[in-house]
Amino acid sequence: MSKLVVTSIGPASSVQDGGRPGSQRYGLVPSGAMDRLSLAAANTLVGNDLFAAAVEIGPFGASFTARGGAVRVGLAGASRNADIAGRPVAFDSSATLAEGETLNLGFARGGSFSYLAIEHGIEGEPMFGSLAVNARAGLGSPYPRPLQSGDELKAKAASGAAERRIELPVAADAPIRIVFGPQDDEFAEDSKKLFIDSEWKISATSDRMGYRLEGPVIRHLDGHNIVSDGTVTGSIQVPGNGQPIVLMPDRGTSGGYPKIATVITADFGRFAQISAGRPFRFKAVTMAEAQAEAIKFHALLRSLPDRLRGIEDLGLNIEALRDANVAGQAVSAVDVSTWQVAVP
Amino acid sequence: MANEVRLIQMAEPLSPPRLLPSGDSAITVEFSRTIDDAANRRVLALDRLIAAEPIAGISETVPTYRSLLVHYDPVQISFDALGEQILARAAKALPTETGTRRWRIPVTYGGEHGIDLEEVAKALQTTPDEIVARHVAGDYRVAMIGFTPGWSYLSGLETFLHMPRRKDPRLLTPAGTISIGGIQTGVQCLAGPSGWHLLGRTPVRTYQLHRDPTFLLEPGDAITFTAIDAKTFAEQDRAAESGEIVAELVTP
Repeated sequence: MSKLVVTSIGPASSVQDGGRPGSQRYGLVPSGAMDRLSLAAANTLVGNDLFAAAVEIGPFGASFTARGGAVRVGLAGASRNADIAGRPVAFDSSATLAEGETLNLGFARGGSFSYLAIEHGIEGEPMFGSLAVNARAGLGSPYPRPLQSGDELKAKAASGAAERRIELPVAADAPIRIVFGPQDDEFAEDSKKLFIDSEWKISATSDRMGYRLEGPVIRHLDGHNIVSDGTVTGSIQVPGNGQPIVLMPDRGTSGGYPKIATVITADFGRFAQISAGRPFRFKAVTMAEAQAEAIKFHALLRSLPDRLRGIEDLGLNIEALRDANVAGQAVSAVDVSTWQVAVP
Repeated sequence: MANEVRLIQMAEPLSPPRLLPSGDSAITVEFSRTIDDAANRRVLALDRLIAAEPIAGISETVPTYRSLLVHYDPVQISFDALGEQILARAAKALPTETGTRRWRIPVTYGGEHGIDLEEVAKALQTTPDEIVARHVAGDYRVAMIGFTPGWSYLSGLETFLHMPRRKDPRLLTPAGTISIGGIQTGVQCLAGPSGWHLLGRTPVRTYQLHRDPTFLLEPGDAITFTAIDAKTFAEQDRAAESGEIVAELVTP
């Protein structure tokens, strides 16, 4: 049996998958990947189901060593400097660690979370149909907690299939789109305008439960206590101090602060990837636009297997990279991990 | 004339709920903005009716005090189309008391298990025994389960026991805490933060992995409490730890 041993890992790294919806009426939140598109891309690279369990790696570096045989992995999400035993590895591609080799990953660049999928998936005992870690509820497998160095992820032997890369649409550095509601009537029109017109930053005290926003104070019309009601991933609640909190996949299933707006499904992963301290803006869209985008996002997920390419096709990209270098982009011909020029 | 108008309004049995967008994949179906028992009964009635007569595209529903959160897949159904069907269901979802399950939940009050009992008695100018007697005499209903797994918010707390929440919420309160806050009382399952006043603890696990059922209580269940001593609590806590339900199902 092959396995991937976690040889070093930072905080905010855990096994995540599509999550465990269906028990929110009992207070159990679904959890699951912060950036579902990147999870699905990593899985697609090694032929797994889109939302199979993978390692969600937080902003700091990590390394993994293959034991008991070769292990094939897919890497997607926030790009990093990456190498296997000194051989550079590109993001949005698959790679194979021979027995005893170590995959080294640097700090996340232009994002917060990267996904490492293992060919044939991670072995574990599903709880409510999911391996996703929810430490508060004692859920998750093989470990019901964030990963630590020394942890072992059992894997099936690498298939020896040709390595692949995946062509993803360039992530736009556009505003994060929201629809107002459900409690936007708890706010005056000028508060809503301030929310949309202002530049925001994500606080460093954010986590998988919620992203705290730093920016102007958003005032309520009359008080910040409402009767608790249900939340969704992407709910933007405004507590008494007027600093919004965006609820993330490990949120409480109910909350007692007014929710001014909700991040649209199609933009949630992009929002989750915004690094602490980097300025961004929101943009309000209509329900019709948000739902049209959700349908497009669904189609994008389904199209991922068709976006796989052979690694040998990279020859074409080297020409493109030369052009990119001429244009002054921060791309190094010797550092493969910088080839993913889509990240700002 | 004014009286006639009022009569007509009263004769109108059910006003339609408000449909509030919670993003592109969920609708908050709001029956009231306040804690209101009648509204909560309508929430639970709509929840039951949607379970009995499903609407394609709905993935799950989450009842709360005053609204039903409906999660759905916008690839299968639009906000407008779903909203229409929900309003049609809401118009005929009538609250009913039939089939209500009733549980009796053992609680050890005061001492190390209910560190706020004395303070609550002082604030309400009575004795700890009186607080316990009144809390045990109550007839409660699970209005919603939320925040963390198994955290059951109960309606039906008598007015005498209404008390504002603590100014400084505690970061950690024990598993099984029975507490009061505002006009509510609650059964907390997992250890965690709380701003409520801690009256006691129950050995009952409302959420326990690898037990059938994993979740003990359903929104709408009726609850009464029974006082037990600390020794009984310790015994029942051990039994509950090994998977026993400990709570008594009075009416299945």
